Amino acid sequence: MSAVGPTSAKGAAPPHPAAPRPPSPDGRRTGGADGYNFAYLDEQTKRMIRRAILKAIAIPGYQVPFASREMPMPYGWGTGGVQITASILGPDDILKVIDQGSDDTTNAVSIRRFFEKTAGIATTTRTREATIIQTRHRIPEEPLADDQVLVYQVPTPEPLRFLEPRETETRKMHALEEYGLMHVKLYEDIARHGHIATTYDYPVKVDGRYLTAPSPTPKFDNPKMHMSPALQLFGAGREKRIYAIAPFTRVVSLDFEDHPFEVNRFERPCALCGADNVYLDEVVLDNSGGRMFVCSDTDFCQERRAAGHAGEMLARAPSFVAGQR
Amino acid sequence: MVEEDLPLLSVVGLTKFYGRRVGCIDVAFDLHPGEVMAVVGESGSGKSTLLSLLSTQLEPTAGSIRYRMRDGVMRDVFALTEAERRFLMRTDWGFVHQDPALGLRMAVSAGANVGERLMAVGARHYGRIRGEALSWLERVEIETDRIDDPPRAFSGGMRQRLQIARNLVTGPRLVFMDEPTGGLDVSVQARLLDLLRTLAADLDLSVVIVTHDLAVARILSHRIMVMRQGRVIETGLTDQVLDDPHEPYTQLLVSSILQV
Ligand SMILES: [Zn+2]
Repeated sequence: MSAVGPTSAKGAAPPHPAAPRPPSPDGRRTGGADGYNFAYLDEQTKRMIRRAILKAIAIPGYQVPFASREMPMPYGWGTGGVQITASILGPDDILKVIDQGSDDTTNAVSIRRFFEKTAGIATTTRTREATIIQTRHRIPEEPLADDQVLVYQVPTPEPLRFLEPRETETRKMHALEEYGLMHVKLYEDIARHGHIATTYDYPVKVDGRYLTAPSPTPKFDNPKMHMSPALQLFGAGREKRIYAIAPFTRVVSLDFEDHPFEVNRFERPCALCGADNVYLDEVVLDNSGGRMFVCSDTDFCQERRAAGHAGEMLARAPSFVAGQR
Repeated sequence: MVEEDLPLLSVVGLTKFYGRRVGCIDVAFDLHPGEVMAVVGESGSGKSTLLSLLSTQLEPTAGSIRYRMRDGVMRDVFALTEAERRFLMRTDWGFVHQDPALGLRMAVSAGANVGERLMAVGARHYGRIRGEALSWLERVEIETDRIDDPPRAFSGGMRQRLQIARNLVTGPRLVFMDEPTGGLDVSVQARLLDLLRTLAADLDLSVVIVTHDLAVARILSHRIMVMRQGRVIETGLTDQVLDDPHEPYTQLLVSSILQV
C-alpha cells in the first residue's frame, strides 16, 4: 500500500491548484493524462482529505467532515470513495473496483478507467493482487490482508438519520453516546416483521464507542469488518463525511438479547463454483421462471472455477452468467 | 428529618430577560415529593418561560434551580454536565407537551414510543421492552392491540395518553406539563384529567403544570402560583386561592372575566 501520495511523501509543497502543473519534483510522472494532476485531485485537496482520513483512523467510526470536491461524475457513482482513493493512491498501487461484488458493471469499469487514465496506475480484478479495493455494496469473499485498503462508497453515513433528521441532534447523540434510538429502529423491525428485517447497512458499533453505518453492504459482510487486518475507509461525497475502521478493530452488529444478530443464510451453494457460505445473487435466466444463484463476488467465483471447482449448473449456464473464461 | 420533608426541587430568585424584555422575575418556590403545583396566568404572564427554565430548555439570567438526585444530593441543574442533564431528563424527569407531535415520534409504533426511554438506558431484551409497553398502554387506557400502530393513527386524546405513558415508563419523580389538555374536546379533557390525577397520586409524582385553565388547576393541583407580567403575584393551596383570592388580579381571573 502507498498510503501517502508521491509528492507529499517527499515533503514537497503542493502546486497551487490554479497554477500550471509543474514537473514532478521526484521525476515521476504526475498523471496518466495531460491536464490532470496525479489521480485528478490537486495535491492540496489530497492533503486535506488525508488529514481527514488520519483523524478518522484515530477515532474509529467517528464521522469526520471534509470539504468534498466536485468530481467529473455524478454523486451516485461514489464520489466520496473516489476522492479517498485519489488521495491515498500511489503510482505503485494496484486498484480493484467492485460494484455489487462485480468488477464488470458500468460503475466499476468507469471508476477503474478513471484512475487508469488520471493516475496511470495498474488495475486488477483479483482481490489478492489489489492494494486498494474501492467498493460499493460488498466486501470480497477472499479474506483481506494487512497490506490492503478497502474504500467504501457511502451514500448515507449517518445511521441515526432514519429517526432523527436534525444534524445538530445526531452529532450530540454521538458525542454523548446516546444510541437508544438505533434500537428503536430494530424494535420497529421486529414489531413489523417478527425479526430484524434490516439486511443492508445494518448498524454496527465500532471499537465499543461509535455507532456506524457499514454503507449499503449486506449484513452478511458485517462479520468481515470485525478485526479485519485491512484498513477500511468510508467516503460519503454528497454528505461530505469520511470515517474509518482501523485494522484489527472490534466491530459489533447491534441486536437484542432475544433477537441476536444473524447473517443471511443461503440454502444452496453457488451454482457455478459450488462455494458454500458466500453471498449469492439471484440471476434470472429466461422468461419462464428459470433462475440460478451465483456468487455475487465474480472474482472469487472465477478463481474457484479456475481451480477446478464446479457447481451444479456450471456446464449448462449461459455465457452471460458464467463469463467467457 | 425524613425524606418526605425535604424538597425535590428548590427554586430561588429565578429570573429571565430576553434582551430588555421580561420573561420572569425573581420566582422562588419549593416542590415536595408527590406535590402537584399549577402555574396559572394569561399568555405573556411568564408561565411558559418559567417552565422552559425549570426543564432546562432555557438558561436563566439569574437565580438557581436545585434538584434532589436519586442519591439524595441536591444539585444545581445548570451545573450538571450536558450528559448528566440529558440523562436526568429521560429518566427521572418527564415532559408532557401540549402538542403531542413534540413529545412523540409520530412515525414509529406506540410500542417503540413507550420503549424508547428503556432502550435509551440500556434495555436490550425485546420481549421485556414490549411487555413493559403493553402494561403502560393498558395503564393509560389505550387498547393493547394498538401497540404496533403509529400515533399518527391515534386521536388527540390517545396521543396525549401515549405521551404520558412514554414519559412514565422509566419511573420519573418529576413531570413537567405544558397545557396537557389544551385543544382537546371537553369530554376528552375530563377523561385525561382523571387519568393524570390518578397516575400522579398512585405514582407519588411531583408535577409542575402550566395552564391558563383554572378548572384544570383545581382538579389536578395541590398548590397554585398565579403569575402576571413575569412575577408571581399570589401563591397558596389551590382551593384557598381559587375560593378566596386576595389579589385583585386573581379575583378577576377567578371570576373568569379574564379567562381565555
Ligand atoms: Zn461461485
